[in-house]
Amino acid sequence: MATPDYSEISHNGLWKNNPALVQLLGLCPLLAVTGSVVNAIGLGLATTAVLACSNLAVSLVRHQMPETVRLPASVMIIATFVTCAELLMKAFTYELYLVLGIFIPLIVTNCAILGRADAFASKNPVLPSLVDGLMMGLGFSAVLIVIGAVREIIGQGTLFSDMDLLLGPMAANWTLPILGQDYSGFLVAVLPPGAFLVTGLLIAAKNAIDANIERRQKANTRIVSGSKRVRTTGKIS
Amino acid sequence: MSLMRITSPHAHSGQSTTKVMATVAAATIPGVLALVVYFGPGVLFNIALCIATAWLTEAAVMRLRNRPVGFYLKDNSALLTAVLLGIALPPYCPWWVPVIGSLSAILLAKQLYGGMGYNPFNPAMVGYVVLLISFPVEMTRWVGASELIQGTPDLGETFALIFGNMNVDGFTRATPLEIVRHNESTILAQLYEMEPTFSKGSVAGLGWEMANFGFLLGGLFLLFRRLITWHAPVAMLVTLSALSIVFYDGGSSLSEGSPMLHLFSGATMLGAFFIITDPVSGCTSNKGRLIFGAGVGILVFVIRAWGAYPDAVAFAVLLMNFAAPFIDNYTLPRTYGHKAARKATDLEEQ
Repeated sequence: MATPDYSEISHNGLWKNNPALVQLLGLCPLLAVTGSVVNAIGLGLATTAVLACSNLAVSLVRHQMPETVRLPASVMIIATFVTCAELLMKAFTYELYLVLGIFIPLIVTNCAILGRADAFASKNPVLPSLVDGLMMGLGFSAVLIVIGAVREIIGQGTLFSDMDLLLGPMAANWTLPILGQDYSGFLVAVLPPGAFLVTGLLIAAKNAIDANIERRQKANTRIVSGSKRVRTTGKIS
Repeated sequence: MSLMRITSPHAHSGQSTTKVMATVAAATIPGVLALVVYFGPGVLFNIALCIATAWLTEAAVMRLRNRPVGFYLKDNSALLTAVLLGIALPPYCPWWVPVIGSLSAILLAKQLYGGMGYNPFNPAMVGYVVLLISFPVEMTRWVGASELIQGTPDLGETFALIFGNMNVDGFTRATPLEIVRHNESTILAQLYEMEPTFSKGSVAGLGWEMANFGFLLGGLFLLFRRLITWHAPVAMLVTLSALSIVFYDGGSSLSEGSPMLHLFSGATMLGAFFIITDPVSGCTSNKGRLIFGAGVGILVFVIRAWGAYPDAVAFAVLLMNFAAPFIDNYTLPRTYGHKAARKATDLEEQ
């Protein structure tokens, strides 16, 4: 196998093949718990940790795993790490754990994680798998946090409220009243429809940025004068 | 909208989208007049704010999409959406309520789906529902009819209510549907005597019955001009009356309200003639329109009687909008020369 290209893997996870905006995997937690930044960070951290660890573990045992039980074995590995994440959250951020509730155990059903374990980790060496898991997780978390921030600002007019649930008492008064103290709140952003709307708009924004980049690249390609050899068969890359 | 193959002679009806939309908007005049007479000119401010926002939004999106702005503004579809939304909003609500509603209607419900003719949901009702679930307090404060509250707000108060910080609570009264909904201990005949809304009105609450009568008149005008067909409105009004007769309960304290109350209060007539007759988000075939209207009628009554909101036209219409393509699929008319009607999903060669 050729030497793994880490920048390519990172670019894939963070932007080009972003689990939330391009693969549209793991939408259930994405839509359900992104009502505020603290929820988004909490779930994003847990998902990233599980994704990186499960990718690592699946990659380690990839030669020992018989083809017939590949998927069940991956799910068992993921479930193990989800249980670890759940216990850790119970131990250190109990209030946040209560807020996120069922969505922490449900990380095990997040198709983004099983998807990476199966599509990448079971075919690649350990280190690239770990990087892939980490980058996919960060890409997912970044989207979670952006959606959480947008919904929190529009829905409650604040940013970083209740951060003490995650970071302890030092973050208790981090709440930024972005839209003023007497903003009455635009409830639809906090309710489930708001999650769909914000996610849809983010996907549209990403597509618009990609289209813009492509257009600029096309405009920048210089036309080389003179005759060229033209291939009529095969794929030109 | 369906493309139909029709044999010659082809005669032009002289209709255009611009004219149809303008006529439908004009047909709301009797109802709007009744609203102004009984509830004061607040509704006019709502309509004006909605129209201004709708035009600005439409123009901005058209610029973004590189489409001719003037051409699309002239088709009056944004105007009609704005008028219908403005009528549906409570008079004297703060200015940002119509602005946000109109923005959601045009941007989210219409343009994001591809613009005029492509919206699966009725834009005015999407705008209304966004507002209703986002601002439940502002959206459920209806001013009472002027006779009940010793005069509607004067001009200064109107501006303070809409653009200032004045609280509308001093002018609001429970709407007829809310009164009947919250009543658990009085028989209806007594309730009608006790509540001034009913005792000063005749069948469905002072002001409300005249506004609904106005929209009924406008709807009949649209029928007469053949801009809408009778199917959806009749089906909705018949199912709504039938259900309210069944659950009238002889006017006991647990009654869900008389058929007249359901027909002439809330947004019934506006919904029946102006909302569910939308050719884009409703059904296309006549049979489909009957089913669509009946569905709206059933949902309106079910939500009014047992749901969490006093009125239900917007929710009912959106829910039936979901079902419209499905209904259309099964109610294609039989083409001449074919034994059975095809389904819209059948392939061409079958």
